[in-house]
Amino acid sequence: MREMIISELSQAAHELARGFAHYLPRLIVMLILGFAGWAAAYVVKILLRSILRLIHFDRLSENAGASQLLTKAALPPATEVVSRFVFWLVWLGFILLGVSVLGILGLQEQIGRFFFFLPRLFVAMFLMFFGLLAASFFSRAALLAAVNANVPSPKLLSLAVRSIIIVFVLSVVFEELGLAEQTMLVAFGIAFGALMLGLAIAFGIGGRELAQQFLEKRFVREKKEANEDELSPL
Amino acid sequence: MAEETFLTDDFLRQLINVGEVDILVGLPTHNNAKTIGSIVKTIQEGILRWFPRERAVIINADGGSRDGTPELVTGISIDDVRPGSNLNALRTLHAISTRYGNSPESKTAIRTILSAAELLQAKACVVMSPESSTIEGEWLAKLLRPVRNEGYDLVSPAYRRHKFEGLLITNLLYPMTRALYGVRIREPYAQEFGFSGRFGGEFLTQNKWADATDGDGTELRFTLAAITGQHRTCQVFLGQKEYIERRGSDLVPALRQTVGPLFSAMEPDFPMWSAVAGSQPGPTLGPDHEVLLDPMRINRKRLREMFSTGVSELASVFQSILSPSTLEELRAIAGMDEADFHYSAELWAKTIYEFAASYQKAVISRDHIIQSLAPLFRGRALTFITENRNGSAEDVEKNIEILCLEFERLKPYLLQMWKSRE
Repeated sequence: MREMIISELSQAAHELARGFAHYLPRLIVMLILGFAGWAAAYVVKILLRSILRLIHFDRLSENAGASQLLTKAALPPATEVVSRFVFWLVWLGFILLGVSVLGILGLQEQIGRFFFFLPRLFVAMFLMFFGLLAASFFSRAALLAAVNANVPSPKLLSLAVRSIIIVFVLSVVFEELGLAEQTMLVAFGIAFGALMLGLAIAFGIGGRELAQQFLEKRFVREKKEANEDELSPL
Repeated sequence: MAEETFLTDDFLRQLINVGEVDILVGLPTHNNAKTIGSIVKTIQEGILRWFPRERAVIINADGGSRDGTPELVTGISIDDVRPGSNLNALRTLHAISTRYGNSPESKTAIRTILSAAELLQAKACVVMSPESSTIEGEWLAKLLRPVRNEGYDLVSPAYRRHKFEGLLITNLLYPMTRALYGVRIREPYAQEFGFSGRFGGEFLTQNKWADATDGDGTELRFTLAAITGQHRTCQVFLGQKEYIERRGSDLVPALRQTVGPLFSAMEPDFPMWSAVAGSQPGPTLGPDHEVLLDPMRINRKRLREMFSTGVSELASVFQSILSPSTLEELRAIAGMDEADFHYSAELWAKTIYEFAASYQKAVISRDHIIQSLAPLFRGRALTFITENRNGSAEDVEKNIEILCLEFERLKPYLLQMWKSRE
């Protein structure tokens, strides 16, 4: 009996040692990958930061309105955020690669999904950034045109342009990420419909006086202009 | 000769038929049927009277007129000019018209005229505006003679203007080009000007015609190219110019045509203008300006309102362009009553210099920078109008001179802004 217990124990210790010996190289590979990943991610971060600074990414981000969002959220400048994000993404990629080397069943599939998801994440980020840039550009263009044409409430017009573009961009981004596609589609439809309905109601009921003032202003000004000399800038 | 490819075969054929010429008159048009007939007759009369022995051609570059303008140009016979004028043609006077596109574009129109001048080896050329109702045959002689007889490369016009006419020129283009390049040219953006075939050919080769961002404003680039190329330039007084249709409300396009090219020229011209201090008067035939003082009804309240609205509504845009101190001063002015309103020469010069530096660095879209200048210009125009409302011609000139000197005095500030944004 005693010998049997000793035999079982020694067998178990043997198997443990064999298992450990089997996993140790993989663990070492994982650790190496982790360290190498950190080094690679660090180099990528430094390189990316330099490139982004070279192309004045912070200014682009400021123009896109992304910098204001970051400031409000007490986050560092856009260059820093992007380079840190890419650092973590690269490192996480290496860590997951290391974990997959361990050969733990079930985890492999999840890691595969993560790598499959990465291109979509990048495309979504790209769409988001340029969407914000477009929203900023067109809202500013609307603001300038409205101010120079002496149209009432230019900021409201500019905000409406920005909101419509951002809502549209967000729906495209979520669709790209595959997150709650149906919900986003419905949400976009509701938001867009509500905006249009709101504008229609505002124009028809809420903005009745404003419209009246606007028309009066136009009418009165036109009458005045008949008695005025026009200034020629050139 | 590379420009041949840009011209149509038909136009080239017509140019070949003309052969070499001494004088070329360029006429860029677009729906100018109202004025073009009398202008072509005046040009023909001018050629017959002042240059009867020269080989001359009128080149009409049309931007897609739908009112028969090109037909009017080519249809006017030299016999229409002769009756009762004692003028005799010693040579054939050609008139050629070409359509360069379906919409007007001064860049392409001038390129067409310059290409034709180069192909015909014209010695002296003149570009005439198709919009004026007071053009005289003598203008042709005044613009061409300095080129033909005295070897000038560019002859700029000087006009008799109302004191509140051309405020963008008196309050921005003239003071700024003068401060930048040290040359006093009253009309840097001219629609009538004379030039030598040599300088025209040089500009044709050097200008970046293919650059789509350049847009319009080639007239201003032409003047600046003459200055920076150290060509011989002079001014000549033409007289009063009246437009058939005033384009008072077209401030933003006017800014795009003038201020845009001026700001964009500052980057390549930096080595030259950064070394210039002060300014010198250039050779001028006749007075360099004359001022009309007729009463004018201007809605000053509206100008002030548009300025104030612009300053408050465009605050986010101005934050990217202007320094905090300048923006603060503008906000203070925007809050003033009409009686106290004063946009000083110093603040205006600083504003323009900060805009120029921001334009160079493209802090936001360059076109947006130009557009956002419109409300501020209205504020400056209001101050100029208020200052000179009851002023004599001398007072008006004195105020323009004060503004010019302010631009010259603050030039180190421009350099500082230019470098600080690098």
